[in-house]
Amino acid sequence: MPVARVVVDVMLKPEILDPQGQAVQRALPRLGFEGIADVRQGKRFELEVEGPVDDAALARIHQIAETFLANTVIEDFSVKVEAGEGADATAVKAES
Amino acid sequence: MTARVGVITFPGTLDDRDTQRAVRAAGLEAVPLWHRDKDLKQVDAVILPGGFSYGDYLRAGAISRFSPVMDSVIDQAKAGMPVLGICNGFQVLTETHLLPGAMLRNNHLHFICRDQKLRVENAETAWTRSYERGQEINIPLKNIDGRYVADERVLDELEAEGRVVFRYQELNPNGSLRDIAGICNAAGNVVGLMPHPEHAVEPLIGTGRTDGLGFFTSILKRLVSA
Repeated sequence: MPVARVVVDVMLKPEILDPQGQAVQRALPRLGFEGIADVRQGKRFELEVEGPVDDAALARIHQIAETFLANTVIEDFSVKVEAGEGADATAVKAES
Repeated sequence: MTARVGVITFPGTLDDRDTQRAVRAAGLEAVPLWHRDKDLKQVDAVILPGGFSYGDYLRAGAISRFSPVMDSVIDQAKAGMPVLGICNGFQVLTETHLLPGAMLRNNHLHFICRDQKLRVENAETAWTRSYERGQEINIPLKNIDGRYVADERVLDELEAEGRVVFRYQELNPNGSLRDIAGICNAAGNVVGLMPHPEHAVEPLIGTGRTDGLGFFTSILKRLVSA
């Protein structure tokens, strides 16, 4: 059974304060890394999918992302196929 | 026959016993409910207590929201049953969308535990009838994901409809927008707040005051008058 990897990236919406990202950004100069104006921290989910990653499978993953992995009140998400069957398919970008 | 108030235990919940005790202190019968049970055992009201739940791995309350018991809670809440979410329970209620907005990590990133002064902004809800509008109460607060956020349109709607039920006084402990500590749904039967009234129902414990007892006596008033 071919297994494909689909990646769901979840990020706080731009207008939502991200104190965790800010804490990372503030630490950078202390560590000698200059020139990073901003850092935002998000979540990456790697879903190993059984079977072909066809339109139906992508639609299902989109639904998983929308109802569960992301809280669309505060977060945006994107879905893309990274490896395996269907990897050459156009990356699906979903903004909520 | 006294009113029955269900208190749901999720894996990891740690304030369920305190909540049951507070329910009994108000003269009500506390009914323990397990998160996998769909049956609400004919309770008259439900409390989602505080304390971390297993849903916090994804977002606070996100996995608890899909526990079987929540389907019944959502149905009953929409039918008018009083539901109170305290702390993690509030987070679960936002994840179900019974209450609008979302809860995020505190703006200072620290866990905070303190006695917190609140102003009661709405004394008409199912859970605040024992208070008066404008009354200040002091109850414990303990959380790391207590920052309430919603978009400007939702915040304006909450303000216009009197659905901001509690506001932080003197100090905003977590960066909640507009100092919001608790809100309710449009019907006023579903209320969520971050501080813990169940820890302030006996003078020997918590703040040394009983300012939290009003939540539990409010529900008695509501059920008797219903």
